[in-house]
Amino acid sequence: MSWWQYAFMQRALLGGVIVGVITAIMGVYIVLRGMSFMGTGIAHAAFGGVALGLLLGLDPILTAMGFCVLVAWGIGFVTRRGALKEDTAIGVWFAATMAFGILLLGLRQGYNVDLFTYLFGSVLAISPADLKGLLLIGALVLGVVLALYKELLFVTFDPEAARVAGLPEGFLYYLLLTLVALTVVASIKVVGLVLVSALLVIPAAAAYRWANDFWVMMVLAVVFSVVSVVAGLLFAYALNTASGATIVLTATAIFAASLALAPKHM
Amino acid sequence: MFPWLRRATSTLDIPPDVPAIEVRDVYVSYNGHPVLQGVSLTVPQGSFWALLGPNGAGKTTLLKVIVGLIKPQRGTVRVFGRPPEALGPWRRALGYVPQHQRVDLYFPIRVKDVVMMGRYGMLGFFRRPGPEDWRAVDEALERVGIPHLRERPLHALSGGERQRVFLARALVTQPKLLLLDEPTAGVDVAATQSLYELLRDLHKSGMTVVMVSHDVGVVTQFVDSVACLNRRLVAHGRPEVVLTADTLSDMYGCEAVFFHHAATPHLVVRRHPPEDAS
Ligand SMILES: Nc1ncnc2c1ncn2[C@@H]1O[C@H](COP(=O)(O)OP(=O)(O)OP(=O)(O)O)[C@@H](O)[C@H]1O
Ligand SMILES: [Mg+2]
Repeated sequence: MSWWQYAFMQRALLGGVIVGVITAIMGVYIVLRGMSFMGTGIAHAAFGGVALGLLLGLDPILTAMGFCVLVAWGIGFVTRRGALKEDTAIGVWFAATMAFGILLLGLRQGYNVDLFTYLFGSVLAISPADLKGLLLIGALVLGVVLALYKELLFVTFDPEAARVAGLPEGFLYYLLLTLVALTVVASIKVVGLVLVSALLVIPAAAAYRWANDFWVMMVLAVVFSVVSVVAGLLFAYALNTASGATIVLTATAIFAASLALAPKHM
Repeated sequence: MFPWLRRATSTLDIPPDVPAIEVRDVYVSYNGHPVLQGVSLTVPQGSFWALLGPNGAGKTTLLKVIVGLIKPQRGTVRVFGRPPEALGPWRRALGYVPQHQRVDLYFPIRVKDVVMMGRYGMLGFFRRPGPEDWRAVDEALERVGIPHLRERPLHALSGGERQRVFLARALVTQPKLLLLDEPTAGVDVAATQSLYELLRDLHKSGMTVVMVSHDVGVVTQFVDSVACLNRRLVAHGRPEVVLTADTLSDMYGCEAVFFHHAATPHLVVRRHPPEDAS
């Protein structure tokens, strides 16, 4: 049998492509708003969420989603009040939620096996149910981004002018944070929470080098991301390497090539 | 209930007798540090104002209060008789060009799309710009003299060209009130002159214009009123009446004389002698 005839490989590819698409799209907003650290922060908060779910016997991914959305809102709230800079707020939350996760896991016995799955991803073990969940989140992210394309563009480019123009800038900011949190947690199964932030930032950063239009950056980021996921999975299968790490290194190679070849000078 | 879901009508029935701006007894402080202390100012529709004052006087803060970006701790603000946060469809009658463009200069976007953003508010949710909106973009680019830059990426512009793009974005809704915060900073002499002429033309076509400037001398050639701010309103009224040595020294904290001897009036500042001659 060839590799693509295995059901697990088909699910891995489909799941990987969905993750590639949604992380690339949210990554464009994150990179343009200078919030690259946000993905890392939320991914680490997801660790606390997963631990909480495991401890309470709830679905770890669903628990992490709720938890991360709340953490993202918390970071946003503290930042918007002007009390802290965004990166400081993330730094605090990130450490606190990670510590919270470790503390919770200490209370539970025999955790090591599941935990490894969430830290480093297990794309070859995606179940049909996981795939349904991914499709749902993917449809939500795509739907919102298409419906609010111009509003999200405006608040990303110039939040102050968007407010003066009468757009509900605060609402759109929290909406974006919510989508980022959902995307990060949904991607954990595929690349693991350690590497999710890489998939958010790297394809978008590579696309940023090439694009002179917002939609071009969006399309390029998606293409780079999907190519990284598919090629990374095939490399991982052929070379018998860790899938998450192989995907991220493939994306990094595309980024390096963009840095060297792209025309935009900074 | 959702005013931004409806497309703004193109005719705004703003009564002509209501002041464009009415600021009454406004106090603003940042972290307990007072910046505006009891500022009151009425700007009638159709007038052209210069807002003068030294650095840190609160000029930018006052504009932000007027457009609703900052809520004053005390006092009331009315734009066309309404609170700035409740302008509804009249919001498109308000154009604002901020002092600092806090945008990523390498953002992947072209000039035409930056200008189009000005119309997003009036377009309403889920609507795409139509031919009418693109016509307005082309007109605004024409007005500020950069139709040839329409397709340029933002990162390929000079500082002065970028300033005009943001002016075009403020003009693209055909506002009735235009607020500009130091629009000539970083703009060359010829472009400054043509900007002032553009503002004068806009004013003649009925627009109310309020411009923050440090260019005390030249500005008075163009405006019909000045307001001098230094945390409180030092003086306001017609330039030749307001710009006396007393007002200027109140405002800048130093002696200043305003000369009218040539075509261009200009300001001469004499510093106070040092307190101790060490
Ligand atoms: N966000 C802020 N937080 C704290 N202080 C602020 C903030 N914005 C402005 N200030 C302070 O308020 C005062 C008035 O600032 P403002 O920007 O309104 O002055 P300005 O008249 O526009 O000055 P300039 O001519 O330099 O532009 C200044 O002393 C400034 O340091
Ligand atoms: Mg200022």
